[in-house]
Amino acid sequence: MTDQGIGARVLRKEDFRFVRGRGKYTDDIVLPNQTWAAIVRSPHAHATINGIDASAALAMPGVVRVLTAADFAAFGGLPCGWLVTGKNQTPMVEPKHPILAEGRVRHVGDPVAVVIAENRIAARDAAEAVEVDYSELPAVVDMRKATAAGSPTVHDEAAGNLCYDWELGDKAVVDAAFAGAAHVTTLELVNNRLVPNAMEPRAAIGDYDNSTGEHTLYTSSQNPHVIRLLMGAFVLQIPEHKLRVYAPDVGGGFGSKIYHYAEEAIVTVAAKLLERPVKWTSDRSEAFISDAHGRDHITRVELAMDANGKFLGLREFTLANMGAYLSTFAPSIPTYLHATLLAGQYTTPVIYSEVKAVFTNTVPVDAYRGAGRPEATYLLERVIDKAAKEMGMSPVDIRRKNFIQPDQFPYQTPVALVYDTGNYEATLSTALKAADWDGFEARRAAAAREGKLRGIGICCYIEACGIAPSNVAGALGARAGLYECATVRVNPTGSVQVMTGSHSHGQGHETTFAQVVAEKLGIDIGQVDIVHGDTNKIPFGMGTYGSRSLAVGGAALVNALDKVISKGRKIAAHLMEASADDVVFENGIFKVAGTDKEVPFGAVALTAYVPHNYPLEELEPGLEETAFYDPKNFTFPAGTYVCEVEIDPATGVTRIVSFHASDDFGNVINPMIVEGQVHGGLVQGIGQALLENASYSEDGQLLSGSYMDYCMPRADDVPSFTVDHQVTACTHNPLGVKGCGEAGAIGSPPAVINAIVDALKDYGISHIDMPATPAKIWHIINAGSVAQAAE
Amino acid sequence: MPNVSMTVNGKAVSGTVEARTLLVEFLREQLRLTGTHVGCDTSQCGACVVHVNGDSVKSCTMLAVQAEGASVTTIEGLAKGDELHPMQAAFRENHGLQCGFCTPGMIMSAVDLAKKNPDPSETEIREWLEGNICRCTGYHNIVKSIRAGAEAMRG
Repeated sequence: MTDQGIGARVLRKEDFRFVRGRGKYTDDIVLPNQTWAAIVRSPHAHATINGIDASAALAMPGVVRVLTAADFAAFGGLPCGWLVTGKNQTPMVEPKHPILAEGRVRHVGDPVAVVIAENRIAARDAAEAVEVDYSELPAVVDMRKATAAGSPTVHDEAAGNLCYDWELGDKAVVDAAFAGAAHVTTLELVNNRLVPNAMEPRAAIGDYDNSTGEHTLYTSSQNPHVIRLLMGAFVLQIPEHKLRVYAPDVGGGFGSKIYHYAEEAIVTVAAKLLERPVKWTSDRSEAFISDAHGRDHITRVELAMDANGKFLGLREFTLANMGAYLSTFAPSIPTYLHATLLAGQYTTPVIYSEVKAVFTNTVPVDAYRGAGRPEATYLLERVIDKAAKEMGMSPVDIRRKNFIQPDQFPYQTPVALVYDTGNYEATLSTALKAADWDGFEARRAAAAREGKLRGIGICCYIEACGIAPSNVAGALGARAGLYECATVRVNPTGSVQVMTGSHSHGQGHETTFAQVVAEKLGIDIGQVDIVHGDTNKIPFGMGTYGSRSLAVGGAALVNALDKVISKGRKIAAHLMEASADDVVFENGIFKVAGTDKEVPFGAVALTAYVPHNYPLEELEPGLEETAFYDPKNFTFPAGTYVCEVEIDPATGVTRIVSFHASDDFGNVINPMIVEGQVHGGLVQGIGQALLENASYSEDGQLLSGSYMDYCMPRADDVPSFTVDHQVTACTHNPLGVKGCGEAGAIGSPPAVINAIVDALKDYGISHIDMPATPAKIWHIINAGSVAQAAE
Repeated sequence: MPNVSMTVNGKAVSGTVEARTLLVEFLREQLRLTGTHVGCDTSQCGACVVHVNGDSVKSCTMLAVQAEGASVTTIEGLAKGDELHPMQAAFRENHGLQCGFCTPGMIMSAVDLAKKNPDPSETEIREWLEGNICRCTGYHNIVKSIRAGAEAMRG
């Protein structure tokens, strides 16, 4: 390891601009002659639109144009990128998702009209003056009501509001395992709806060059090439060579900026209509009702065991909220990213999952940090804790007893995945030691003497990252490949530009990818620039989500670097009058093995571009290579988290006393960045467990629609963390990496809730739904006295 | 429309604004100082924190005309040329930022804390950050950064 290469705690290159306020986010960009768009959104959860009167708005100062659905009649709806096929080969119901609502609105925030004006304030003022005549319709937000007879219907073509009824596993086989079980533990739970809340609100600028016919879309996106493909090919019919999508600095995504949103199409169309740039920037209130939400499952899970606590089978029945329309990847989240993880770290031999996806009059739901895997981990790690209690076993022993052992890899789970490697005992025992699990009862007793309730909770998670082998994803309904692309351009004087299809919106790729280059080419990271986010600069890319950047994008980078080195060896061999087979490349120098002949990388680069002494008959000049990498398998990060809480029974407030995360992410490129990813994920998971909830009223109003109501984790809500990394290297990608972006958010909610249930063990509860707010806990603690008070 | 004049990052500036124009709008849209960010519309997130006459202020919660005659420092005015302010350097050295969007507000808020409380404890830092939301870092490294930055500012 060098001080800049793989494994080094290199400080981030990108920070020089961010700490000085020189980041360039989409809203920071102002184009000449730019106009502003403001979107008129539905205040109703469900209504028919009788008419739109824009005359007052058009008469206001600075207003340029008002657009309604009629202006988008020539274009398609927003496409869904994943077709899920349910029971009996029934395809999902896929209603049109129009750019602007066509005669009917289906959730609060559904876009209805667009006002374009000379400046932001004028556009917003005029948007208020657009009169939309609505007739309200009955709305449905509760999934159980939505699937019951007589419910209002969100889409006429989706009877019973059912998008699909999907299953994985052989129900008869699983039922037979349950019939032979000594004990069955059952748990009903809710995985609460969350709002991703990246700190940079979404923004988009459309620009049109009427001389070349080229569109440019600036957008806060995690995957600009995917937006170009979806919007260009499926919505607006703009060919790729006439559409540049540029995602500059992006202020966090967490999944919410993967999807193709209506506003991107709106500014693109409007810019051509007006022949002027059109900018839209969301405000936070608008983000709450227009960014895709996350989670929102209702689940019943059952775990069958023998008399010794060995798992015999698992089955779960889940209702998954799709919201009012299918967002880009929504159907895949509760199915292929959820049910396939239900083996966890365990040898459960048979598993059955039934997932019904439901339309409701709410904001569309899609991937949010973890995406399906947090929901799987939560139900599994909660039902295991409940089972341990019922079986009189410790939560550690029951897990340990059922672990897949290191010598069982590669391990075929009963839910389609093959885990390549892992060591679950390593992360478990490290975490228990770091958290002083064995000393907990003394701390519980000490807290009790202070009148506090202490609890400790554990979670052993697994996730599938590095999405995904394209042929597998395609067989499961994905409508795109999921490889990644990298181009390594060595400039004549030896500096390097990497054009990567991965996108960094906080992950630090400009540093970690440069470390990989520094390691492979032996050059200083200051000589390396990582270029991302611009479809005109990068050949192609599938973007960043699902903790895939290093495992897939990094692998593409390594393969491109290997091609550069391979060509470099041929050039060096020519310069040294040796055979390429005898040339080795070490620490930035090409050498003829066993001799003192050598030529530095920089000299080879210069020779490639100034080929005066060059094997021109055999080799093209130049030194630039591209690689596409399609992963052979998913990667399987795993670990154990231990959370210790203390509850004040007088207030019901939970304080996290300590939290330890022991993760196996495979090889680590930059431990500093990996730890930061874990910290951030942990707090999003703790936020879900304790604070956050997207709460709807029965008539479909989002009650927690601002930071006054939606409880974002603040610095004083969370502790500092201890983290460690155990390493079993991924066996099938060239860096041996597994991905670290989502683990924290996946493993922490069950650890927190398990700790809270443990703290409340004397109050007769076996479960508490998230968020475990002080009010809920206070009511549990005071249930007796409240009941008495009511008498 | 009213005229407004103030000193921003040591330079005298003036402009014509609507009475309702917020200080952050004046900074971002008229002065093109886009390091100050807007992350919410309810004065919660703190991405817009600047210093007005030496105190940290949410510039989304102050009208531009209220800053008439004031001395305003934004994130762009913190470094001396190429030399980072100690708090900026501390955020970089302690990985106190990821996407960078909340960072300017965090740093401006932290500088004010360190001026008022040169040796803040972890608890004091966490309480001070009540008005600054970060979604990326989990605050762990922000707290570390501010302790280190405050120490560096003490000299």
